[in-house]
Amino acid sequence: MQLYDMPDAQGHFGPYGGIFVAETLIEALEELRVMYERYRHDPEFLAEFAYDLKHFVGRPSPIYYAERLTQKVGGAKIYLKREDLNHTGAHKVNNTIGQALLAKRMGKPRVIAETGAGQHGVATATIAARLGLECVVYMGAEDVKRQAPNVFRMKLLGATVIPVESGSKTLKDALNEAMRDWVTNISNTFYIIGTVAGPHPYPMMVRDFQAVIGIEAKEQMQEMTGRQPDAVIACVGGGSNAMGIFHPYIDVDGVRLIGVEAAGHGIETGRHAAPLTANSPAGVLHGNRTYLMQDENGQIIETHSVSAGLDYPGVGPEHAWLKDIKRAEYVAVTDDEAMEAFHTLCRTEGIIPALESSHAVAYAMKLAATMSPDQVLLVNLSGRGDKDINTVASLAGITL
Amino acid sequence: MSRIQATFAALKSQGKKALIPYITAGDPHPKHTVALMHAMVQSGANIIELGVPFSDPMADGPVIQRATERALVHKVGLRDVLDMVREFRRTDANTPVVLMGYANPVEAMGQANFARQAHEAGVDGVLTVDYPPEECQEFVELLQAEQLAPIFLLSPTSDKNRVEKIVRQAAGFVYYVSLKGVTGSQNLDIAEVGAKVQAIRGQTDLPIGVGFGVRDAATAKAVANVADAVVIGSRMIQEIEHSSADNLLDNVAQLTTSLRAAIDA
Repeated sequence: MQLYDMPDAQGHFGPYGGIFVAETLIEALEELRVMYERYRHDPEFLAEFAYDLKHFVGRPSPIYYAERLTQKVGGAKIYLKREDLNHTGAHKVNNTIGQALLAKRMGKPRVIAETGAGQHGVATATIAARLGLECVVYMGAEDVKRQAPNVFRMKLLGATVIPVESGSKTLKDALNEAMRDWVTNISNTFYIIGTVAGPHPYPMMVRDFQAVIGIEAKEQMQEMTGRQPDAVIACVGGGSNAMGIFHPYIDVDGVRLIGVEAAGHGIETGRHAAPLTANSPAGVLHGNRTYLMQDENGQIIETHSVSAGLDYPGVGPEHAWLKDIKRAEYVAVTDDEAMEAFHTLCRTEGIIPALESSHAVAYAMKLAATMSPDQVLLVNLSGRGDKDINTVASLAGITL
Repeated sequence: MSRIQATFAALKSQGKKALIPYITAGDPHPKHTVALMHAMVQSGANIIELGVPFSDPMADGPVIQRATERALVHKVGLRDVLDMVREFRRTDANTPVVLMGYANPVEAMGQANFARQAHEAGVDGVLTVDYPPEECQEFVELLQAEQLAPIFLLSPTSDKNRVEKIVRQAAGFVYYVSLKGVTGSQNLDIAEVGAKVQAIRGQTDLPIGVGFGVRDAATAKAVANVADAVVIGSRMIQEIEHSSADNLLDNVAQLTTSLRAAIDA
């Protein structure tokens, strides 16, 4: 059997991925590629990574059978991979630890990051504090306003947060600005990208660091249920939590992989963040080729989602490839459906999910209802929702 | 001989260096762009570098980002930029025009379609910032088939092998980015630039332009001493930014004249 082995040496997933950056960044990416190749299978590096995942993050994260949710929906059994229980409250920290350990080995005393909802920024600031690295986080000025608690968390952790006023003042602009910082301060700075996008080797490297989610899940599902799930479901913005749980399952027959994008106000309104579901054309942004939300002039268009972490016009290139080869399916749920799932999970299971993860829960509820009780769904609950309570309250017209 | 080759050949025979100002198409308003191009040529510019607005200009500093945003208010796209070049060509058959932009607008139009239309409009060279040579071989062939020069950046971090790989695909001239960082950065180290340009000369016969960090007559002159062409972008944009519709053309012409004088001095 031909095992899945992507990307190629230049970071291509079929026509997607690659290295689409200005000449000024080429050497830094080459240095990173070489160093990552050196350490990705290095036992000492992997042991250090595993140690931090266990003792600092609290891994393995449990798998939890959502019994009351299952009963309420009626149909397939719903299991949750509890990334929300990680230190800092989301899957993001798996990747920031991996990259920060690499930064340390490369002798870079300064790390920078972009952040949307602030989860990746908090996870970066956290590991930077733990390793004694200087940390600068770029965040769209709009997001700084929307996510004040996370901005304060980053500051408590000793990071400098720089609001980005250019463009749409959201995640993509923060990414642009972080790239500009990197190109200017290349000699002492490591850029910790938070999702499976960007130029090679980032999509592969972030996936590898996040793959711990799927590796654990395969073992845990076997132990708990004596089988693998019929489908694995995860939300997709850039797509790091989804890639993390999907990747170890790609070669497993009979397991559907379902990525859930943000349909925002509805795909038909154009106010969404679902390039795969909406069949957006491919293009080049942030160093890689992938499907992108854009207008007829090739300008990247503004996206909308109630969840800041999904509010991104592109998607990791490996997702684009998995869509093309039909190994993964991509669907979208609206803001309203995600909100409903958010409240349902709060009340049936005592778990407050992140609004991002609520998208995956919403689709799992829909799908489970069409399946039989002997079938099994595994949902990646990528983060906890404490960061979202202000958003949820304001949607309900409540001021906290 | 292409317009770019003819321009460099003529300058060389006069013992002069090329002045290549950059403006973003559509900044401050699409109606000014062609007039600005003509004004710069009349004031001593040899090649016009015309920026194609893109929503996410990752390699540009704040000054050119703002120019891009002003142009995007008027929804200036790649097709509009080609129309501007077409209009410019009606009264200027000789001055080369180089488009500088990002890959996505080209891909949205289709690479082959773009190459054909750019040639028809009278474009001479194309610099696509986020197309390193590894990712654009087909595009380079499409450009060459339409007699368009693929222009590439070289940076202080490009080693000898890298320069070799790039100049093999390049035509027209190569563009040495004089600093690490984005457009409009500070602190140009002329001695370092001179040494690097000298090293690049050992690897290619193409003329070498230097840009990123040229901001006044003194830096323009210093760059002209070591390179074949002086590219000046952010400083031009600042002039546009600080002008009103009434004095825009005069101010840009005056700045171009002063840079020309400095380079020729």
